[in-house]
Amino acid sequence: MERTTIDLWVGIFVALGVAALLGLAMKVGNLTSSKIGETYSVIAAYENIGSLKRHAPVKSAGVVVGRVADIRFDSTRYEAVVMLDIDKHYSFPTDTFANIYTSGLLGEQYVGLEAGGDEVVLKNGDKIAKTQDAVVLEKMISQFLFSKASEVETKPVSAENSSAAEAANATNSPSTELGAAPF
Amino acid sequence: MIKSSLLSSIIRTLSGIGHRVTSRIWRLGASARLFYLTIIYSGESFRRFHLTLREIYATGVMSLLIMIVSAFFVGMVLALQGYNILQKYGSSDAIGVFVSLTLVRELGPVITALLFAGRAGTAITAEIGLMKTTEQLSAMEMMAVNPIARVIAPRFWAGVISMPILASLFSMVGILGGYLVAVPLIGVDDGAFWSQMQANVDVRLDIVNGLIKSVVFGVVCTMIALFQGFDAPPTAEGVSRATTRTVVISSLAVLGIDFVLTAFMLAV
Repeated sequence: MERTTIDLWVGIFVALGVAALLGLAMKVGNLTSSKIGETYSVIAAYENIGSLKRHAPVKSAGVVVGRVADIRFDSTRYEAVVMLDIDKHYSFPTDTFANIYTSGLLGEQYVGLEAGGDEVVLKNGDKIAKTQDAVVLEKMISQFLFSKASEVETKPVSAENSSAAEAANATNSPSTELGAAPF
Repeated sequence: MIKSSLLSSIIRTLSGIGHRVTSRIWRLGASARLFYLTIIYSGESFRRFHLTLREIYATGVMSLLIMIVSAFFVGMVLALQGYNILQKYGSSDAIGVFVSLTLVRELGPVITALLFAGRAGTAITAEIGLMKTTEQLSAMEMMAVNPIARVIAPRFWAGVISMPILASLFSMVGILGGYLVAVPLIGVDDGAFWSQMQANVDVRLDIVNGLIKSVVFGVVCTMIALFQGFDAPPTAEGVSRATTRTVVISSLAVLGIDFVLTAFMLAV
């Protein structure tokens, strides 16, 4: 085959490849949507961030306004320090709440900003004081179980001094062990 | 008498094992040497780039049709299967994510490499094996033309260049096939298909990692094909066996290396 024909076909081939790669990056990947342009970063501290990860979205009223830039552990105060990069176009009052929410029941976690009423807005390097930790499902379940258990505990039990009654109590009462809980 | 025959059979078995192991290691060393020489002598395949272009035409362009057709069907099947599973959990909108992540991360590079081994690798092995059988390679050496620089290196670089292009085309066409099944045929929302995909496919972690995989597969598949051709016994049977081995070893190597690469990429 002539050399020019081969050149043409290889050119078409490479152009197709580049087009496919660009298509993947632009149309399929988040190259366009993840770019937020100019940002300013603020810090928020949490006792528990659950499974929040880097690059998780920061949303306000459901709109993505930034990304989680970095997550570190403060070993003096035993807190998680989360750096949030927020788009320069959006400014938030200094008394904004930064809460960690879960999208859906089992979805990924994101930071939700709820604007306060202060006149002064957050600047680069500021710290958000009002934060709320991620909801940890295990904690909720154990709290529920303990509250259930204490409800049963308050019911009066007679003949406490008898050892036989005590043994019977241990086997019958659903309150003493978590294993007998309604799960 | 019995004792000595038993002893000799044990010795025969052991020496058989030893022979196999040493020949395997010898072949491994020979292929590593060929790889080294290919890299050393690959200057000419860029100085006289039309040599490489001709091979890109033979391996890349000629593989386009099989890649595009199979990518289209793979994407359509993925969409059907994914919808069938996802709608049980009420999340059929995530079908775009399912199709695109599967293709970009795994199926794009892997199936491309497997098809490449079957379509282009066998051609390379047969061609070089036949060149060796008809003593064209020796003739080149007699004319002071280095056969590795003239024959092996251009084919190597053509394979390495073609594979990522083919893999990204495969992923893109597969996603288009999945789109055609999911949106017009099944009736998944058009916006949800693309927006969920864009929200969950990361350029660095998914697309670039897929590209890295395909480059590695390109090196591995092409090198195996070249070595098998270069090392084939100069008979008709030898060339045919070498061609078969190219497909078998390439496929196994691609799947094995894919596991290792995926383990590294997910761990980071």
